[in-house]
This record gives sequence, structure tokens and C-alpha cells, in this order.
Amino acid sequence: MRSEPVVQVQALVKRYGTKTAVDGLDLVAGAGVTAVLGPNGAGKTTTVETCEGYRKPDAGTVRVLGLDPVRQSAELRPRIGVMLQSGGVYSGARADEMLRHVAKLHAHPLDVDALIERLGLGGCGRTGYRRLSGGQQQRLALAMAVVGRPELVFLDEPTAGLDPQARRATWDLVRDLRADGVSVILTTHYMEEAEQLADDVAVIDAGRVIAQGSPEELCRGGAENTLRFTGRPGLDVASLLKALPADSSAAELTPGSYRVVGKVDPQLLATVTSWCAQHGVMPDRISVERHTLEDVFLELTGKELRS
Amino acid sequence: MTTATGTPTGTYAPRPGAAPLSRMIAAQAALETKMLLRNGEQLLLTVVIPTLLLVLFSSVDIVDTGAGKAVNFLTPGVLALAVMSTAFTGQAIATGFERRYGVLKRLASSPLPRWGLMTAKTASVLVTEVLQVVLLTVIAFALGWSPHGNPFAVLLLLVLGTAAFSGLGLLMAGTLKAEATLAAANLVFLLLLVGGGVVVPLDKFPSGAQDVLGLLPISALSDGLRDVLQHGAGMPWGDLGILAVWAVVGLAAAGKLFRWE
Repeated sequence: MRSEPVVQVQALVKRYGTKTAVDGLDLVAGAGVTAVLGPNGAGKTTTVETCEGYRKPDAGTVRVLGLDPVRQSAELRPRIGVMLQSGGVYSGARADEMLRHVAKLHAHPLDVDALIERLGLGGCGRTGYRRLSGGQQQRLALAMAVVGRPELVFLDEPTAGLDPQARRATWDLVRDLRADGVSVILTTHYMEEAEQLADDVAVIDAGRVIAQGSPEELCRGGAENTLRFTGRPGLDVASLLKALPADSSAAELTPGSYRVVGKVDPQLLATVTSWCAQHGVMPDRISVERHTLEDVFLELTGKELRS
Repeated sequence: MTTATGTPTGTYAPRPGAAPLSRMIAAQAALETKMLLRNGEQLLLTVVIPTLLLVLFSSVDIVDTGAGKAVNFLTPGVLALAVMSTAFTGQAIATGFERRYGVLKRLASSPLPRWGLMTAKTASVLVTEVLQVVLLTVIAFALGWSPHGNPFAVLLLLVLGTAAFSGLGLLMAGTLKAEATLAAANLVFLLLLVGGGVVVPLDKFPSGAQDVLGLLPISALSDGLRDVLQHGAGMPWGDLGILAVWAVVGLAAAGKLFRWE
């Protein structure tokens, strides 16, 4: 899903006092779902909040739907939906009351009752916002971001702290938004979330984008992948290696347990299995380990993501 | 066609647009008023305390309120207190916590412009004040109040007083932490209740203190209302002038220094 960029950030710099939160960041996001991935303090929220018009860049330019988020805020605001990382609701307001209110600020809002039901907020009843569970508060914030039928939705860590079931419900909604032509920019420090949802992933560290591409591209672009199988101990690894492409390696790690490292594709898998067939080996427990975004991230930054 | 989750395709298809301004502001004002009337502490400040003071001090001779019926002295002061409790104390505390809980931030990215939000807040304050004035006036009449004077002068005093207190309340809410605003707004309320000519006549204070206290917005408002309602004076220009200065200074400072998050 590539077309006119919905978000275009060029050489963005944002400082807080002496601390540089965003340091010359470039980011282009097209239609579909773009995940901004990075550890805490990488500059994700600052970048997104600059796109939402909350912060003025110290240097660089930001365009969202072709508009300057600060100077053309009035034009931009009705077209975007914003989910803050936390808060945003009157402490005494009920979930449905707040959602209905945000709906009233828009010309063609979604059906509030259907949205409440969809996100499982119907059970909140007369409970005030501050007494809702963390998951309910998150889902309300999500509902408030989409109720105005925006073209572009910003979700700042939409599933942080959610239980697996609530996380799935959020993912399903993001997928439905995408299917209906809504663009989504989401920040996350969950690899799985980016892999599941995103057409495009921008990896941010220390205020810069250090890699960008589809989850597949990023995983492919990283180090090589691994194929493991078990068989009879003492197979002729040198002979196997001869059958494999030049940049591969093969080894017997423990007796009977073999590992092939290289560009693991269907061709390589076929080569390994036919070599086994020629040598009368029944490869047991054959498994392909593809690199995950998590591995890619570790390689790029040398850091654990979930810090 | 439906998706895997049973939602019809196209449900979320973009159809952006802001609601008409008047509808946004009306909705915002209605919500703000609802939040205020639902909040117990706010009601204590805006309704219970002024009512109790009016009833108690009118019926029991605690403070020497000078010649004439106590209710004629007290009602203008309590009306001034009501304005202060809503425009200053209540608005400062509510806005301070809205800022703290990201409500102002979230609304800032909604189609409602900032000035629209401030207009709605003002409307909500005015609606609350109308309810207060109606309630206190009914009680005052029941206690034998006999007001004089020009209703237009009274209205002008109430409006300027509201502007002055709103500026100061928003200045506090937009610059201090929510907890500090809560403490400070209540403290100021108490101090001005005692030292602002609300129930204690200013002439009970030493003359040096009187000159200073007389310049406070609460003193100007209670004194101006008393001049008109108790003594039947025309336009209390001096008091209106003091309130106007507070309003300009307070609103300008709030406009310049208010931090939205």
C-alpha cells in the first residue's frame, strides 16, 4: 500500500533543554499501517507528537496529509485521530459520555453505540474514568481516536499494558481501519505488534531512524537465517556443505544435531532434504528459524527492546 | 461484506470533518457544566458554603454588620463570594486537573479550537453563576432581603468580577501543578472570604490594611455590589475600575503564561 505520503518528516530536531530527544530524524509514511518501533526514550512519542501539532520542531520540517501541523492545525485536526499514551479524559466522566462528547465535535462520527460494543466498553456503565481498569482506559482512548472517522490515526503505544485478549481486539480494530482505507501511525515497543500489523516499520533509536522497511524486508536484510535438523550422528557435513550455496555454513553442533546457516529459502530447504535423501538420512525435526524483528533490532542497536 | 470481526466493510471509511463551531462550543460547555455539578467538592465551594454563610450570618448575630438588617449587608458579599468560588476557585482547580490528566492536551488535537474551549469554559462558569445567583437570591428574599439600585450596574459588576477571577484562576491552573493549584486556590478562597469584605466589613480592619484589602478583586466586587444593592448607588466606577484592571492583568498573564500540558 504505497501512495502519497501521509506523513513526511525531514531532518527533524527536537530538544528539551540540553537533552536532544529527536536528532535529525527522517521518516516518510505512506498509506496503510506504519509502526514506529524503538526502546523507551528513543524519541517515538516526541516524533509523533510533533506530527500531531503538539510540539514545534527546533529544526527540520514536518508535513502531515500535506499540512504543517502547527501552522495549519485548524485544517489538520478534524482529519486526524489521536490516542495519547495516557489520560485525556475528564476524571469524572463516564466512558460513553466522553466518547459521545468527542463524537459531537465531528461532522460525521461513527455510531457510538456500535463502537462501545465493539471495544467492550459497554460494561463500564456509570463508572467514572478514574475507576476504569487500565485496559478500559486504553480502549476508550482508542475509541476517541477513531470516532471522528479520520483519514489518519496516531496511536501512541496502543496496547502497552493490555492483556492478550484486549491486545487482539485492538489489533483487529487496526486491521479493520486499514482495510477501510484509514492510515495508521503507531508507536510500539512490541516487536510482535509491528510484525502483526505494520506494512512498514521505522526503527528509531537515539532520536534517529536507523532502519525502515516492511517487516519482511527488515528481517531479510538482517543477518542470515538458520535451518536445523536432527538425524543420525556423524553425517558427512563436508559433503553437505558442498551441496549448499557458497555463502552457507553447516555444522554438527551436538551428535545428531545439525545446523545450516545461510540464505534460507525454499531452494536451500530442498537442497538439504534431497542431500538427506541421497544419503539415506531421515531428517527429523527439521526447522527453519527466521530472524524476527527482535533479532534485527538487537543487531541494529545492541539493546534489548523491552527496556 | 463483513470483516473477520463481523464489522461491515466500510464502517471506518474516512469521512472527516469538524462539527459546526456553535455545536462544538455548546457541547463542550454542557460537558464542563455537567462535570462541575457532579463534583462534590466543587458544589461545597460554590453552593453549600455561600448558602450556609448567608443563612447563618443573617440569622445569628456573629459579626457586627453595621446599621440595618444583616441580610442586606450579607447578600451582596455572598454574591461576590459565589462569583469567586466559581470563576476563580472552582475553575482553577478543575482546569488544573484537566491539564494534569491530559484533557486539555487531548482536546487540543480535536477539531475544537482553543478559543472555543475557553469560550465554553466561560459559558459553563456563567451558567453556574446564574444558578448560584438564583438560589442565593431566593434564600435572601426569604430572609427578608430588600435590594435597591440599578440592575445593569449589578450585572456589569458580576461580569467584570467573573473576568477578573477567571483570569487569576486560569493563570494559577496553567502555571502551577494541579495539587499546588488545589491547595493555593482553597487557601486564597479562605483568605479572601475573611479579608475581602464578604461577611466581615472592611472597616473592622486597621486603616492601613483597609487600603490594601480594598484593592483586592473580591473587595471591589463585594463593595461595589453593596454600594448598589444596599445603598442604591449608581455606577460604582472605582470598584469597576479595580475589577477591570485585575481582569486585564489576569487574562493577559494567563494568555501569555498558560501551559497546556
